[in-house]
Amino acid sequence: MIPSQFDYVRVSTVDEAVAALAEHGEDAKILAGGHSLLPIMKLRLAVPTVLIDISGAQELNYVRVDGDQVAIGAGTRHHDLEKSEVAQAEVPLLPHVASRVGDPQVRHRGTLGGTVAHCDPASDLPTALLALGATVVVAGPNGRREIPITAFFLGFFETAMEEGELIVELRVPRTGSAGWGYEKFTRRENDWPIVAAAAVHLPDGSVGVALANMGGVVLRAEAVEAALAEGKSIEEAAALAAEGTSPSSDMHADVEYRSHLARLLTQRALKVAAGETEASTAESTAA
Amino acid sequence: MSILGTRVVRTEDPLFLTRGAVYTDDLTDPRLAGAVHATFVRSTVAHGTVTSVDTSAAAEAPGVVGVYTAAELGDLPPVAPPLPFLDAGFSRPWLVGVGERVHFVGDLVAVVLTEERYQGEDAAEMVVVDIDPLPAVVGTAAAKTDGTILFPAVGTNKVAAFGEPAPEDFFADCEVVVRREIVNQRVAAAPLETRAASAAWGEDGRVTIWCTNQGAQQAKGQIAGWLGLDPALVHLITPDVGGGFGAKIGADQEYAFVAWLAQQSGRPVRWTESRSENMTGMLQGRAQDQVVTIGGSRDGRVQAYSLEVSQDCGAYPRIGTVLPTLTMLMAAAVYDIPKVHAQATCYVTNGTSIGAYRGAGRPEATAAVERAMDLFAAEIGMDPADVRRKNFIPTFTEPTQTSSGATYDSGDYEAALDRVLQAAGYDELRAEQARRRERGDTRQLGIGVSAYVEITGADSGHGTSENAELEVHADGTATVLTGTSPHGQGHATTWAMLASEQLGIPVEKITVLHGDTDRIPDGGGTMGSRSLQQGGAAVHQAAVELVEVARKRAAELLEANPDDLEVDLANAGLSVKGTPGVGVTWAQLAADEQLIVQTTFTANAPTFPFGAHVAVVETDVESGKAVVTRLVTVDDAGTIINPLLAEGQRHGGIAQGVGQALLEEILYDEDGNPQTSTFADYPFVSATELPSFELVEMATPTPMNPLGAKGIGEAGTIGSTPAVQSAVVDSVAHLGVRHVDMPATSMRVWRAIQEAQKGSTN
Amino acid sequence: MQVSMTVNGQQRTDEVEPRMLLAHHLRDNLGLTATNIGCDSTSCGACTVIVDGLTVKSCTVLALQAEGSEVTTLEGLSTDGEMHPVQAAFRSEHGLQCGFCTSGMVMASIGVLADNPNPTDREVREGLEGNLCRCTGYHNIVQAVLKAAEAGPAAGQVPSSQQEVSA
Repeated sequence: MIPSQFDYVRVSTVDEAVAALAEHGEDAKILAGGHSLLPIMKLRLAVPTVLIDISGAQELNYVRVDGDQVAIGAGTRHHDLEKSEVAQAEVPLLPHVASRVGDPQVRHRGTLGGTVAHCDPASDLPTALLALGATVVVAGPNGRREIPITAFFLGFFETAMEEGELIVELRVPRTGSAGWGYEKFTRRENDWPIVAAAAVHLPDGSVGVALANMGGVVLRAEAVEAALAEGKSIEEAAALAAEGTSPSSDMHADVEYRSHLARLLTQRALKVAAGETEASTAESTAA
Repeated sequence: MSILGTRVVRTEDPLFLTRGAVYTDDLTDPRLAGAVHATFVRSTVAHGTVTSVDTSAAAEAPGVVGVYTAAELGDLPPVAPPLPFLDAGFSRPWLVGVGERVHFVGDLVAVVLTEERYQGEDAAEMVVVDIDPLPAVVGTAAAKTDGTILFPAVGTNKVAAFGEPAPEDFFADCEVVVRREIVNQRVAAAPLETRAASAAWGEDGRVTIWCTNQGAQQAKGQIAGWLGLDPALVHLITPDVGGGFGAKIGADQEYAFVAWLAQQSGRPVRWTESRSENMTGMLQGRAQDQVVTIGGSRDGRVQAYSLEVSQDCGAYPRIGTVLPTLTMLMAAAVYDIPKVHAQATCYVTNGTSIGAYRGAGRPEATAAVERAMDLFAAEIGMDPADVRRKNFIPTFTEPTQTSSGATYDSGDYEAALDRVLQAAGYDELRAEQARRRERGDTRQLGIGVSAYVEITGADSGHGTSENAELEVHADGTATVLTGTSPHGQGHATTWAMLASEQLGIPVEKITVLHGDTDRIPDGGGTMGSRSLQQGGAAVHQAAVELVEVARKRAAELLEANPDDLEVDLANAGLSVKGTPGVGVTWAQLAADEQLIVQTTFTANAPTFPFGAHVAVVETDVESGKAVVTRLVTVDDAGTIINPLLAEGQRHGGIAQGVGQALLEEILYDEDGNPQTSTFADYPFVSATELPSFELVEMATPTPMNPLGAKGIGEAGTIGSTPAVQSAVVDSVAHLGVRHVDMPATSMRVWRAIQEAQKGSTN
Repeated sequence: MQVSMTVNGQQRTDEVEPRMLLAHHLRDNLGLTATNIGCDSTSCGACTVIVDGLTVKSCTVLALQAEGSEVTTLEGLSTDGEMHPVQAAFRSEHGLQCGFCTSGMVMASIGVLADNPNPTDREVREGLEGNLCRCTGYHNIVQAVLKAAEAGPAAGQVPSSQQEVSA
């Protein structure tokens, strides 16, 4: 299967990308790694008439400390995030989650900005960014603006970006050696999660908890966070994980099972983050 | 030392690994120069009446050479079902026309020909098809009510029935009777190479067809018949084939259509389907709903067993319709059960047609009886290995008839079980399981045991015969022509070993050719694990006969008595006994006169490989997710010619069984829309879901062919599927679970635990 | 549009449609048919090639996205008629049957060994999670990668491509 025809524009800076978006209007799409966009274009579920390729924009490839935050260029590929020593030291949840995306070939191409812009409710890295309370920096015709990630994912494949804007940076708090956990539940290792839970201890003393695939967008587990803030136990808090969610029912899981998984994985992620248990892995411990 | 039984690496591989094999889509044959590309327009509705097909926009699209609908088919008759006893009302049209019914998502409605590959998808998208939907029949339960009938001219969804109901008192003498409905789900064969075909007509009025298939000769006959062509005008070639697993047995209508389109358009035509197209268009496998009933005494002796099968044939009956007869034949499996009953009823549904898939009817028999044995064991509280041991057919070396009507060649089922249990450390596994249960671990251990026997080399349209031609050339090389059709099995290597064994010609100097109907007009292809025991035996026989031909000629040449000549393997020829320096090579004889033998080997009967598997799983009882941690197998296929390749066959089979047991299932929604039509949705088993396998040796030769070989292509799947399913059930048995249908997904396991804990039976 | 890249050490410049996938460009325009296409959904990995030192699925990369890149396919692995250690190990361990996944599997295996020269059985499996094989059950593929690792760093490298080879 192959995409419908489109025009291709290669840009090498963010300014050029913004200009190209302005020129080509709403049917133009930004192409970075292409691993969210091209698959749906091949199935002709997306039919943009212009692709603006920003993969040559070197200014978008970085992971660096910026004050009390880590700033990550939107063009950073999952593989580079996974291997980034800065990320490993300052916000280890992210490189770990990057290592769990898809398979090596996908991680070699896919970018952080791309996966955030794509806004898939089952996506790993957006879940982690949500737990971290990240900030999304977008550039557009009126310059740059910052959007809290809690306000970014609006609905199924719908974000707070406006026409003519693209993501240029993600900013997350430096969590350093604070605890974190990521529990991803799949059929096969490299599948999208049926449900995933991210938990991370944040510098302000709170615990951020987010869920993948429990609704039309990745979700913050607010009831769990509130319960923890009130001093409830991990078990008590995790029992609230499905509150406020709207999971779908599909061939992998119905609503009841997804809700169960949300509670179970949240509890496990919180325990790992608290240093109580080891992360679950598929690897056998059998005799 | 004999080359047979040694680990010879494949002669095919250097090219495969450096240049890549040449599959149908890779062909650069000059006859295909200037070919146009065919792109089919398929129904997106499972069941309905076509009300209009508008091709006007597509016809104007860039690169379009032709657009064909049913209106353009002329007098091409629909294709009758492949089995003579089936009602012709089940025939499949080439293209479904206005006023006619589509019967599954993927049914053909139109086809476009374009200059370039990419243009085809654009143009096909512009063909507007309107379909008035009808209720979809999904699964056999819906089909058997005849509430909606797919083919009104036939008047029922029932395609065929085999066997009679069991007598009412069948289980009357049994102390314990367990009955259970189980599902052997619909799965995709999913060879990595999708279907592809090309065709070109020559100025001589003949057509050359290249396609990816498991038997060129059978496919050629079908295509000639469907198109009403003189078979002498059809030349069919199967280039390298990227896997088949049963789904590439027999021609598909698309292949013949490509030849027809080439004739109509006056241009060579190429077609390669996408994976999404493949997942609805290619034959699928299994799709049996079964009811097993088992009865016996509390001491573990099984007295009666019944298997009732409802076979989903999909939209148009294909070979899957008769596979339940193999299920019935093998119902009694490895067991000496006094009374065995089996029957099957087959139905059309609005799904993809069902054909053969690795095992083809036999895995369904094994899965059923092994599940029944486990249910019986659980009911009487006996270890499942012990129940099996109590009921095995005793060791036999002479043909033995079973109560379901099969005649087995040789078997030692208890020895296979003993070996696998020992290799697995069964007692220690049970002890570890007990410890975990006692501790209440989150990760519980499950141990699944299966024992199996299957039938290989059964008549799949070519009797129990295969032919071979062997020629030694003046340069000392040799050529083997075979009617088998390797697509990964390594016949080029193994057949060369068999010839080399007799002639002393190194395997590197022996070329094996297959899959070309002009050069090899007769052949049974590769299916049903027949190749080595029939095709390999034919090569062996050809080499033995060639020696005798050579002996006569050499005797004249050397003026010696033929009986005084002996094969001199070191020099690849014959020499005079006791006078090693005096002799003649095959090459020298071939230089004088062509040295060639054509022969046909006919086996007395099919063979019955057997074995036993132990699967170990770890199940996270909180989430229901089961992970296979070990697979230990005994697969006795008689004498092994090349252990390296035989092990490869076992590995692949085992993995596919795990796939079916844990992951894979073709699903439709209630309207018949496929839910698993890409590899993103269909959970094809991957490396991370499998352990490395532990293979245990055992070889009980068969008397049915001079090699002593039985089939090995499908055995692994037959054994591993029930072992893994059983292991999953076993891992949560202490929580009250008796059964989990395949695939044993985490949701199914979790729900089974929930229900068992609530006290309801599952 | 025009696209230039170095494929197996050879500079190639061609005219392509913007939507031309790298996999089709390699197969249909450059005649490098060892790279196969097995799915539509970036799942099977049969089309895996190495672009600028990293494995990618060439069915999900536009030819234009490889502008200026170094691309290595299966055909570019042997040097002076000598198989790459991963190719040799696939042969000796019977890591292929029908061969359709093999090209992608070999390229992905080189990627695994580049990332981790001494992997465990489990690490090989995780490294190959993006490549499907229906024939081998992966057993002998894993064995082949472990065997290739014995060859040392060369197993995780592709031949350097300074040489410009004439067409």
